[in-house]
Order: sequence, then C-alpha cells, then structure tokens
Amino acid sequence: MKVCEPAAPAAITLDEVTVRYGAHLAIERASFAVRPGDLMALVGPSGCGKTSLLNAINRLSDLIPGCTVTGRIAVGGRDVRAPDINLTALRRKVGMVFQQPNPFPLSIAENLRFPLREHGVSNRDERERRTEEALRAVGLWEEVKGRLGQPAQALSGGQQQRLCLARTLVLGPEVLLFDEPCSALDPLSAGVIEALIAGLKGRYTILLVTHNLPQARRLADTVAVCWVSEGCGCVVESGPCGVLFERAAHPITRAYCGGEVG
Amino acid sequence: MRIEGARDRWAAALFGGASLMIMALPLLMLVEVVGAGLPRLSSEFLYAPPMDAGRAGGIGPMIVSTLAILAVCLFAALPVGLGCALYLAECVTAGGRAARALGYSLDVLGGVPSIVFGLFGYRLFAIELGLGFSILSGGLTLACMVLPLLIRVSEEALRATPPSYRQAAAALGLSQGGFLRRVLVPAAAPGIAAALILSIGRALAESAALLFTAGYVTRLPDSVFDSGRALAVHIYDLSMNVAGGEASAAATAVVLVGLLVLINICARRLGQTVHRMQRA
Repeated sequence: MKVCEPAAPAAITLDEVTVRYGAHLAIERASFAVRPGDLMALVGPSGCGKTSLLNAINRLSDLIPGCTVTGRIAVGGRDVRAPDINLTALRRKVGMVFQQPNPFPLSIAENLRFPLREHGVSNRDERERRTEEALRAVGLWEEVKGRLGQPAQALSGGQQQRLCLARTLVLGPEVLLFDEPCSALDPLSAGVIEALIAGLKGRYTILLVTHNLPQARRLADTVAVCWVSEGCGCVVESGPCGVLFERAAHPITRAYCGGEVG
Repeated sequence: MRIEGARDRWAAALFGGASLMIMALPLLMLVEVVGAGLPRLSSEFLYAPPMDAGRAGGIGPMIVSTLAILAVCLFAALPVGLGCALYLAECVTAGGRAARALGYSLDVLGGVPSIVFGLFGYRLFAIELGLGFSILSGGLTLACMVLPLLIRVSEEALRATPPSYRQAAAALGLSQGGFLRRVLVPAAAPGIAAALILSIGRALAESAALLFTAGYVTRLPDSVFDSGRALAVHIYDLSMNVAGGEASAAATAVVLVGLLVLINICARRLGQTVHRMQRA
C-alpha cells in the first residue's frame, strides 16, 4: 500500500448510534453517511457528542471506562463492532488527528518509523521512503530534513500537528478523523493545517469536527449539525454543505449556521 | 508573590527557619560522622579485612557483601516491581477494585517493620527454600522489603506521563508492548530512577532484616550462597557489641553514605540517559 495514497477511500455509515458514559447519554440515535472521498464537517456546540461519535468510529471509546456504544457504525461497509474485527487493522484504516498535537517523546523521524515498525514494515529502506513521503505530504520535509534526529517536541505547535498528520498518513489510512485539529493553533498554523486538509479531500474520506463554521463551509462537501437537547446530544440535520448553510430545513440548523445561536 | 505586613513576615521567617533546620540536619549528621570517622579512613580501610573484631583493619569484605546483597535485591525487585507498576498504571482502572486491593496490600507491606521482613525472609528463604544464611537470602528479603516503595513510586512516574501518548498509540493501532517499551517506560525513566534510588537507599541502610538472613560473618563471600555481613550490620555490631569500635563504625558510616551518593548519581544518570536515548 503506497503511503498517502489509499487504495480507495472508504464510506462511513452511522445508523442510530448512541454513546453513553455510564448513565449519562452523550449522543443519541445519530445517523448519517459520508460517501467515499467526501469531507463531512461535524459542527455544533461543545458537549453535543461530536468527539464521542469520532471515538466510536475507530473504537477509541473502548478505552473509556463505562463507555457503551449501540447502533451500527460501518467503515467501507464493514461493521466496526463486529466480533471478528481486527482492531489494529481498523485503526490503521481509520487514522485520527487530535485537537492538541500529541507527538511521542521520540525524534521527529522516529515518530513515523516507530508506527511503521509496529505495523510490520520491517524493511529499513521502505520505512525511510515512507517517512520522507509522509513528511513531504504535510509540507514538513524541507523544514526538518536536516534535523530528523531531534526531539519532535522541539517543533512548534503547528509543525507538531503536521507531524501528527504525517504519522497518521504514513500508515496509509482510508478514512481520516479530525477532532478540531486547528483549535489549539495560532491562525497561521491553523491556515496551513486547513490547506492540508483541503488537499487531502477526494483521496481520503474525512470526518472533521470543528467549531469554526466558516472553516466548515470552506472545506466540507457535507455537514452534520449536532445539538444538545435536554442534556443529550443528537444530530438534528445532515446534508450537502450548500443546502445546510443556505436553506436548512431544521430551525436549529438555520439559526446555528446563520450565526444566530451557538 | 510579595510579602506584606508583619504577620506575613513572621510566617515567612518561621517557614524559612524550618527549611534551614531541614537543610542543617543532614549537614550536622555528616559533620558528626565524618569528624568521628575520618581518623580511621584510608585506602587500606576500604579493601582490608577487619581485625580485632573490627576495631582495626578495614571493611573490604563488607563492601563486597553489601554490593552483592544490593545486586541480588535489585535483580529480583526490578522486574517484579516494574511489572507490577506497569500493571497498576496501564491494565487496572485507577480507583477500581483491583487497583484498591493491590494498593492496600502494598500499603500494608510498606508499613511492615523491617525486623518482621527479616523473620519472614529467614523462615522462607533461609529455612524453607534451604538457602541458609546467605547473600541470596538477604538480597531476596530486601527485595520483598523495597518492593512496595519501588512499585508505588514507579507507578506514580508511569501515571504522570501525558495521557495523550496513550491516546495517540491507541489511535495508531500500536501494540501495548511496543508502546510500553518504546514510549511509556523511557518517558517515565527519570521517575523510575528516583524509585530505584529510594529503594537502594532503603536497602543499603537496612540492618535488621539482614541479621537473620545474610548473616554476620566478616569474611569475603565466595558466592551468593555464602554468608556475608552488610555495611549497616557492621555499623550496628561495632556500635552495640564492640567496645572501642565507635571510630570504625563512624568510618564505615562515611563509606556507606559515600556509596549511597555514588549509586544515586549513577541511577540518576542512567534515568537521564534512557530518557535521552528514547528520542534517538
């Protein structure tokens, strides 16, 4: 599998998905679909369960004590909660970039080589090639090629976030989950990340959680609007970006996308 | 923060005084011990065997026995302690049933007087397992004794690493073994080194637990199955049972403190090196 060029972006389907933390209902009966290669923006106020949905897709929710997920989530037509699912393969297929850049306390290069080794890329030359390719894909190669052995944490916040994106891309995913990837960055770095995400459209199926409505409008093919009702999150409406921003059917969507609430 | 008003000034003086006292205490102790022991200290004292019940001669065999007991102790305690700390930090929910049960056991063990560990070690290692009075019995008894401290401090060091590392590793589908080996343990290495230093400190200072296990003989041990007298036991013996042995006891104490400082420096360096190597 060639790095940064997935075989084919996979579709994501959520059908009546409910996420609970113990007795607390985070989001209830969420349903939407993202077509292969599309970018869907998940927008809505804080606490409406957007991140919970992302974590349910790559099953990071398994790591949260007391978290239960019901409903059907499929990536590339395959139920991610099927008993025979290979979790390692799922997480290689579904990459994720978080709000805060979270490089490992390793060197810049080792941040990419280590996951490759873990996923069975035993050939050194292959690892080096894929590392360079991923760093080029995020526009970081020219900036770091002379100091690949230096600690990743010495990079700026924006560079660290690009490194985290490269670390995800190096495994050749088909789906990318972005959890507010620009919100912890300065405007210039955020612009660079946004441009990178725009460049990835079409080659990966992307689900982007963002509070930045103009960013959602610039990037997204489709949008899902989440809302909190009686302490529980829900998806009030989803559809093509233009439709939701211009002539949404639901009053909450109209008010939220129109900037009247939220 | 500015200090304003008479009450604040008094409080600051009081706390400052207490801090000075704390700093002065080890200094006073060192001055006392070094003052009493310096006349006996020489290079010969470090390698010669004791003579005249320790009033003359040196402490060579005791240094060897102490280092051998410490090596056995660390060899046994490190893998078990680090394994248990990793289990507590990574496999058990903090505050959960298993964590509470294990934590309670460790706290009880940590509070057991060393003499009780000595009796336990004598019964289990010396008698039941047939190891007799030996370096091995002493080292294994000390390992049981330092385990609670080693586990608790290592667990804290592991828990103190950012949760974002775990999150990133899980999202990338990395194996837990690979993550522990390559990211978590090296990241916590300085804290684990601190746990090691505290454990070594406790083991080196121990005499009660070794009286019943490692034995009392002053000759150079041939192997770990041989009996050997640790430095702390030697100090105890010279102070309590040998009239005129005070100067030798003080000189031995200086060597013990020196050894402790040296091992502390080595362990700290080791922690930093592991931490640095991780980034390469």
